Amino acid sequence: MPKLNMVQAINLALHEEMEKDPAVLAMGEDIGVDGGVFRVTEGLLDKFGSERVIDTPLAESGIVGCAIGMAVSGLKPVVEIQFEGFSYMTIDQLAAHASRIRYRSRGMYHCQMVIRSPYGGGVKALEHHSEAVATFFIHIPGLKVVIPSNPYDAKGLLISSIRDPDPVFFFEPKKLYRAFKEEVPEGDYTVPLGTGKKLTQGDDVTVISWGAMVMVCQEAIKKVTNIGVELIDLRTLSPLDEKIIIDSVRKTGRCVIVHEEPRTLGLGAEIIARINEKAFLYLEAPIKRVTGYDVPVPLPKLEDLYLPDPEKVARAIVETASF
Amino acid sequence: MPRQKILDMSVDWLSILDPEGNVDITLEPALDTETLDKFYRTMVLTRLFDEKAVKLQRQGRMLTYGSCLGQEASQIGSAFAMKPEDWFFPAFREHGVQIARGIPMKLLYIYWMGSEDANMKIPLKNFPVAIPVSTQILHAVGAAWASKLQKQNIASVVYFGDGATSEGDFHEGMNFAGVFKTPTVFICQNNQYAISLPREKQTASKTLAQKALAYGFEGIQVDGNDVLAVYSATKAALEKAKSGGGPTLIECFTYRLGAHTTSDDPSRYRKKDEEEEWRKKDPVKRLRIYLEKKGIWSKNYEEKIIKEASEEIEKAVEEAEAYNPDVSNMFKYVFAEMTSNLKEQMDELSGFMAKKKGG
Repeated sequence: MPKLNMVQAINLALHEEMEKDPAVLAMGEDIGVDGGVFRVTEGLLDKFGSERVIDTPLAESGIVGCAIGMAVSGLKPVVEIQFEGFSYMTIDQLAAHASRIRYRSRGMYHCQMVIRSPYGGGVKALEHHSEAVATFFIHIPGLKVVIPSNPYDAKGLLISSIRDPDPVFFFEPKKLYRAFKEEVPEGDYTVPLGTGKKLTQGDDVTVISWGAMVMVCQEAIKKVTNIGVELIDLRTLSPLDEKIIIDSVRKTGRCVIVHEEPRTLGLGAEIIARINEKAFLYLEAPIKRVTGYDVPVPLPKLEDLYLPDPEKVARAIVETASF
Repeated sequence: MPRQKILDMSVDWLSILDPEGNVDITLEPALDTETLDKFYRTMVLTRLFDEKAVKLQRQGRMLTYGSCLGQEASQIGSAFAMKPEDWFFPAFREHGVQIARGIPMKLLYIYWMGSEDANMKIPLKNFPVAIPVSTQILHAVGAAWASKLQKQNIASVVYFGDGATSEGDFHEGMNFAGVFKTPTVFICQNNQYAISLPREKQTASKTLAQKALAYGFEGIQVDGNDVLAVYSATKAALEKAKSGGGPTLIECFTYRLGAHTTSDDPSRYRKKDEEEEWRKKDPVKRLRIYLEKKGIWSKNYEEKIIKEASEEIEKAVEEAEAYNPDVSNMFKYVFAEMTSNLKEQMDELSGFMAKKKGG
């Protein structure tokens, strides 16, 4: 089995799905001849030609809006938004149309499309190139939001996203694009949307995270001793795998949520609300959040302090366990 | 020569039937009696449908409604140039296009009375209305692009107003259409106002049609109150689109005789005399004179079609008012498969309703 990094795993998923289904096409800025600025779409143009691998003009709303028209015509576009900091322009088309055409047409039309975008900090990038913006999109009913934390899941989740009949925003943690390799099978396998995964088993503290922060949590867990940590990688942020959260917190009674997105109204807040509704009487300690601060992501000289790191997370785990 | 003119472009104006009903025989489209009868009937039906909708809103029986009074020629002329298999992407004032495209009036009333369920029964290729301004332009480009990739001989026609030409999605859509030569016909109904903002404050361009030139394709300004001109221009644009000639922007120069919507009061931003001037250019009256000269229109004919239209409208209103949506539709169509979270919220609401009922 080949060992691939996340860029290669996503690239493989795109190749395989485009090969399998002629309705799937890729479009975005610099994705064809250039293979994408992160080279995620490398080789697609040569293999599938310029009708299915489309270098578009530089206009994010335009790309997504056209993709909607294609999707209601039966094509399955996979759109790349070059950086998350430019994804704001897609919100109108996604919130006003892609996410609600099934609803407003009562199922006459649906929008089978994926929007892929790198996201997140920790790579010493320019302004608007280090954001974690999933919160905006989670709040849109009818839109699914997926973030993988490793190459294996990235491939399986992307295949599921492409095949899903509803629009999916697929965020790719750019910090993990080339961070490590692991075995990624060739050929067909999927990771179902809406399901989280327990990465470690433990009885003392539940740690919930996703995307690039999963690796930070794994590092943090190595730093704490004598505490049984159950680490959950949510993988899909919308719809949320509530069951995996509630089951775990009912067992541990303690929970730490780690996310890169700003704290206020981040998904952590919703998770805490759900725990209050469904596991309140099991709680032994207040739920802690380790998150990005409610500030614009700072440029690299302060960026490391902005981001959750293993030490911040380890401290939160210890404090929660000993409350 | 270091400096020379490198671009020379122009925009045509097309008018076939003037306000007095005189026709330019060199441009007159060859339409048979049956077709002209259909044009006129549909324009009258649209006008009565529209009038009824405004009345219903005044009586509290409809939501806020945007009248298309005065724009019937722009709408019916372009609609009848399309084929049923062509895509139609409306904004929210295209009641005439919808009626001409065979969408039952009952469904139109159900929507404007407050239920998305209406959209469930509308024949495919007639997209639901778009309330956000200009966003639908991109969908039309995407659908046309798809038909090109799928090697289907289908074009898409999208409607929007003068105000939409200031929005980014208009420019992005026009640009994509130009670059990828999509079979799209852009119909801008320039009705002179975007709510209160007059056309000359919307853009410094002399015409809206000329905006197409910047994107590498043809733009034409058409007398939007002349159904023959709008029909001819749309037909030519569709033929061009389907034979690989790419997109066209048609600016229908018209006037919104009514308010922006039933919530608007145009006396705050425009003068009565201006409205009166435009009433003289009434698109329905103009076609009537033309048909009378052709021996198609008579007083009896008028009475007959008004009676038939009124009966049809009354029936549609009655059926629409009897329609009540199922509450589960609020949750059922968010995703292909209802999530557990939505199921819970739906159960919460039904539980609440049951309790309320039980007192």
